[in-house]
Amino acid sequence: MSSFGRVIRLAIGAWALLLLITAAPAPSLAQQINPTASSVNERQLLQEADRIQGRVSIPDQRSSVLMQPAGREWREFRNVVLRWIGGVAIVGMMAVLVIFYLTRGMVRLESGRSGRTIVRFDTFERFVHWMTATCFIILAISGLNITFGRPVLLPLIGFEAFSEWSQWAKYAHNYLSFPFTIGVVVIFLMWIGGNIPNKVDVAWIRRGGGIVGHDHPPAYRFNAGQKMIYWIVVIGGGLVAVTGYQLMFPFYVTGIEGMQLAQIVHSVVAVLFVATMIAHIYIGTIGMEGAFEAMGSGEVDVNWAREHHSLWLDQQMARTGPGGSQTQPANAAAE
Amino acid sequence: MARMKFLCDADRCIECNACVTACKNEHEVPWGINRRRVVTINDGKPGERSVSMACMHCTDAPCAAVCPVNCFYTTADGVVLHSKDLCIGCGYCFYACPFGAPQYPKVGNFGSRGKMDKCTYCAGGPEADGSKEEYEKYGANRLAEGKLPLCAEMCSTKSLLAGDGEIIAQIYKERVMKRGYGSGAWGWKTAYRESIES
Repeated sequence: MSSFGRVIRLAIGAWALLLLITAAPAPSLAQQINPTASSVNERQLLQEADRIQGRVSIPDQRSSVLMQPAGREWREFRNVVLRWIGGVAIVGMMAVLVIFYLTRGMVRLESGRSGRTIVRFDTFERFVHWMTATCFIILAISGLNITFGRPVLLPLIGFEAFSEWSQWAKYAHNYLSFPFTIGVVVIFLMWIGGNIPNKVDVAWIRRGGGIVGHDHPPAYRFNAGQKMIYWIVVIGGGLVAVTGYQLMFPFYVTGIEGMQLAQIVHSVVAVLFVATMIAHIYIGTIGMEGAFEAMGSGEVDVNWAREHHSLWLDQQMARTGPGGSQTQPANAAAE
Repeated sequence: MARMKFLCDADRCIECNACVTACKNEHEVPWGINRRRVVTINDGKPGERSVSMACMHCTDAPCAAVCPVNCFYTTADGVVLHSKDLCIGCGYCFYACPFGAPQYPKVGNFGSRGKMDKCTYCAGGPEADGSKEEYEKYGANRLAEGKLPLCAEMCSTKSLLAGDGEIIAQIYKERVMKRGYGSGAWGWKTAYRESIES
């Protein structure tokens, strides 16, 4: 038995020795293992990409974005940059127009009224113009409310009234975007023919056009200034429509970063658009005698057409003959 | 006054989603809206980590700053709440939020957003504490009853901590000291401009 016991003791000793030898590096290895050594790290992930995304087990896969600090830059844009751009563009445009009106006044019809008129815009053209214009004004006011309402209007009317108004403004903004977009598309197709820039426009701009300069450079149906308005409406309107629908249908096209970008494009184009349209409204109303009639009754005085759109008048006269224009009874021409 | 914060110890989160479930049940949050969620990063790979995330109740909250109707307010406990009576559902807070916290019930056509909903830190809204109106709009007001948010209270591994920022930061630091590692308080740098380095 004692020899058997010695064998056992020897075997255990040998096994223990073997264990000790093989296991010797083990404790030092354990000290080196850091369970978080390979783990993902917030700071590192944010350095690699501008957001941290993972996997979620809930059905809403959009919630798999864990963190997205880019909202900070967007916040800076929305609260500071945009208010400066919009404020300078819109208030600046108004100030320029007031100064211009005070120094220059209404651009008069130099040759007076002839009493004869010529059709400038037909009923369909005027309908499209006014549909788009009405939508634009409501969209502009409700849009400016989102940017400037909180600092300007909210302190005046209080939280409840301002929220109520803003809620309706939001509905109006969303729903009127559809007729506005249709209007922009129709305007694009309807007037593209007369709005391709050409050599006449260069001369027109050099001579300061009909409102800045003091003479009447020749122009076809649309002069260079009107062509600019046309392209601003088509391109600007297209941009606000595309970006606006991205915001209205969240996640259909882009995620949050796309919507931040869409809001930036939408708002910058929109405030510049509003500033341009203020100038457009000025020239179409108090800025120029006889101009409103083109979109009002659709018929302009022949003398107005000769002064502002001489080449167009020649074209029309050549097409219909000098009798093409309508002689109006004196009382109707006075308006 | 305390400054209430959330802290998710990602080295402890086991992605059981009990916090998500507790939140939905406690506040009877409607379908499609998740005030809290668990995101797993590097799922199935070495170094995988899960983080439970909801509104972090930021210092100088971006949502409040960009809101066009100014419907957000911060309570004396540092909890960021909002009024659903004032909210117009424009989506701006969602563009600004770094944590994807604001949620919108889909109402009507064209993906139009309803009144925003988000984590209230179990602190209800502007209505009277514990009132029926408050519960219907914002869910339970546990804070008014002296209780902490349910998600953190019932976290099975005590990964998600809620409470005064200094106290939960202290608890986390002690944990990191004891176990020798920690991947940091996720989102703290972004939400509170401070980080807990172990």
